[in-house]
Amino acid sequence: MAQFKGTDTYVASRELEVAVNAAVALQRPLLVKGEPGTGKTVLAHEIAAALGYPLIEWHVKSTTKAQQGLYEYDAVSRLRDGQLGDPRVHDIANYIVRGKLWDAFEADAPVVLLIDEIDKADIEFPNDLLLELDRMQFFVYETRKTIAAKHRPVVIITSNNEKELPDAFLRRCFFHYIRFPDRETMEMIVKAHYPEIRQDLLREALNVFFDIRQVNELKKKPATSELLDWLKLLTIEDMPPEALRSSDAKTAIPPLYGALLKNEQDVHLFERLAFLARRRGG
Amino acid sequence: MFAPFILALRAAGVPASITEYLALLRAMKEGVAGFSVDDFYHLSRAALVKDERHLDRFDRVFGEIFKGLESPTGEAPRELPAEWLRKIAEKTLTPEEMAQIEALGGFDALMEALKKRLEEQKGRHQGGSKWIGTAGTSPFGAYGYNPEGVRIGQEESRHRRATKVWDQRTFRDLDEDEALSSRNMKVALRRLRRFARTGAATELDIPGTIGATARNGGSLDLHMVPERHNAVKVLLLMDIGGSMDDHIRICQELFTAARSEFKHLEFWYFHNCPYERVWRTNRRRSETERPMMELMRTYGPDWRLVFVGDATMGPYEIIQPGGSVEHWNEESGEVWMNRLTRHFRKAAWLNPIDKDHWRYTQSISIMQRLMENRMHPLTLAGLESMARELAR
Repeated sequence: MAQFKGTDTYVASRELEVAVNAAVALQRPLLVKGEPGTGKTVLAHEIAAALGYPLIEWHVKSTTKAQQGLYEYDAVSRLRDGQLGDPRVHDIANYIVRGKLWDAFEADAPVVLLIDEIDKADIEFPNDLLLELDRMQFFVYETRKTIAAKHRPVVIITSNNEKELPDAFLRRCFFHYIRFPDRETMEMIVKAHYPEIRQDLLREALNVFFDIRQVNELKKKPATSELLDWLKLLTIEDMPPEALRSSDAKTAIPPLYGALLKNEQDVHLFERLAFLARRRGG
Repeated sequence: MFAPFILALRAAGVPASITEYLALLRAMKEGVAGFSVDDFYHLSRAALVKDERHLDRFDRVFGEIFKGLESPTGEAPRELPAEWLRKIAEKTLTPEEMAQIEALGGFDALMEALKKRLEEQKGRHQGGSKWIGTAGTSPFGAYGYNPEGVRIGQEESRHRRATKVWDQRTFRDLDEDEALSSRNMKVALRRLRRFARTGAATELDIPGTIGATARNGGSLDLHMVPERHNAVKVLLLMDIGGSMDDHIRICQELFTAARSEFKHLEFWYFHNCPYERVWRTNRRRSETERPMMELMRTYGPDWRLVFVGDATMGPYEIIQPGGSVEHWNEESGEVWMNRLTRHFRKAAWLNPIDKDHWRYTQSISIMQRLMENRMHPLTLAGLESMARELAR
C-alpha cells in the first residue's frame, strides 16, 4: 500500500501523514479544516502526486447541488433533438451528463477525488452525499442503472467552517485540522517553495509576518499562502532585508503590505498603529 | 479494548460514536498507527474528533487515560538546555525584568530552581503556585517564561519528536464558545429565509415543466411551485443604553447580519422594557419617537417581532405602572408586552446574557414568562432555535 509522506514542495506533519494514511487504508473520506491559506486544497494535489493517482477536482459553490456531482439529465437537448428528429433521442442515456463522482467511480485506476469547500454549498449538501460516499455507488433513475465504484477513490473534503456539517456525515470521515505552522515549520515550508531565498531576508520577513499575526484585531490574519506571495514579491523587488528590519516609526507598515493585508480595515488599523508608534517615538 | 477511552471521551463532551470507534479499531488492525504512541494519538484523534473545538477536550482525556504511557524506547531524561533558556530570556526580557530576577537571586539561581522544579514535576499541573504549568502563579510564570517562553514542549517540537503532544494542549484556543461574527449570524438567520418560501403552488415551474415535457416525449406537462415568499418581514426592537452597553458589539453584529439578510427589516429602540413609545435614532430620540400603538397599526401580525435586550432591570419596571426609570408610564410594561405578543403572534426575545445566569435575575424570569418561554440566548445556537421557531 502506498504511504503518504510529505513531498519536496509540501511539508506534512506526522499527524497529517497518519490521518491521510488512515483515510487511504480504510477507504473513507478525509475531512480537512483549517485557517484559510494553510494549504487544504494543495494537500489533495500532493496526496495525488504522492500516491501516483490522477486527481479529480470538484469545486463546490453556493449553487452546487449534490446531484450535479453524480449526473445531470439534459432535458433541453433531448427536447430539441426530439423536435429535429435526431435518432439519438430514443436512448435516454445519450442525455445523461456525468458528474465528477461518476468520473471518479468509473475510472479504471484508483483516483483522488477532491471535494473542495464543501461548506459553501447548501446546508443539506453533505447529507445528500452520505450514501454515495459511504457505499461509493449511486443509482441512475433515468437509465435504471447502478453506478458502483470500480476502485474506491481516495476522497479529500475541505471546509472553511462557514457552516456546521451534519453529524451523520462527520461520522463517516476522518478529520484533520491543519494547525497554523510554527516558525520552524514555516521556514521549512518557505524553503520548500523558494529554495533560493536569502536567509537574512527570510528571517526578517518571518519576524514581520509573525508580528503581524500577533495583532489580534485583524479581520483576516495573513496565512501561509499570503506569506509565500509576499516573499515572492520581496524577491522580485529585490528588497534589502534592512528595509524589513527598521521597526521605527515611518516604516511600521511593512513594504508591499498589499500581499499580506487583504482588507481596508486592516490596512487602516496598521496605519493607526504606525501613527501611534510615531507619536510615541517623537 | 479502548472502551473506557471512548466512554471518557463521551463524558467529556466529545461526541464519539460506535461507528468511529470501529473505524479506529479497523485502522489499528490495518496497521496505520504502527507501534508508536504518538501515531496512535494522531490516529485516534483523526478518527474520533470531528470538530476542532473538541480537540482540546480530546487532548485532556487522552492525557488522563493514557497517563504513564511513554514511548517504548524510553524517553531520554529531560535535560534543560540552559544555554537556550538564557538566550531566550535575554531576548524576551526587558532590563527591568532582568533586574527583578537579579533580586530573586540572580539568573543562574533562577535557572537552577527551574531545573529542579522540572525534575520534580510529574504530570501536568495547572493553576498551582509551585509547579511549572499553565495559568500558574509560580515565579517562572510571572516573568513570561511560561507558557510562551520556556515551554517544555517547545524544545521537543524543535527536534520533531512530538512526545506527549497531547500534554501541550495546543488546541486550547479553539475550544471556546463559537465566536459570533456577523457572517455566522447570517448563516443562522438564513434558516428563517429558507422557510419563508412556502405556500400554495401558484407559480409556473419552468425547469420542472421543461423536464417533465421532455420526459413526456414533447407533449406539454405543466408543473407548479409555491410562490417564493423570500421576503420575510422582521420587526426588530432593541434595548439600548444602561446595562446593554456591555453588549453593544454583539448587537451591532446582529444588526449588520439582519440588515443584509432581510429585505423587510424595521428596527426601533426602547429602554429596558417596551412601553408606549419607541424611537428610531437614539441620538435624535424626541424627533424620531413613535407611539407603540402606531407601530402595531403599521406592522401587521405577519411581521415577526424580535426583541433584543438583556431584560435586566428592576422587576417593578415591568409590573408596576409608572415603573419606568425614564418617564411616567400610565400602563405597566407587562401590559405592553402582552399587547405586543398578542398582536405579533410570531415573536422571540434574544438575550445577550449567558443562559445559565438567567434564573438569577428576577426580571429575566418575568420577561421569559411574558414571552411564553420564547427567550433565546444571543448565540449561534440561540439564533438558530429562534429562526426555527419563527419560521414555524
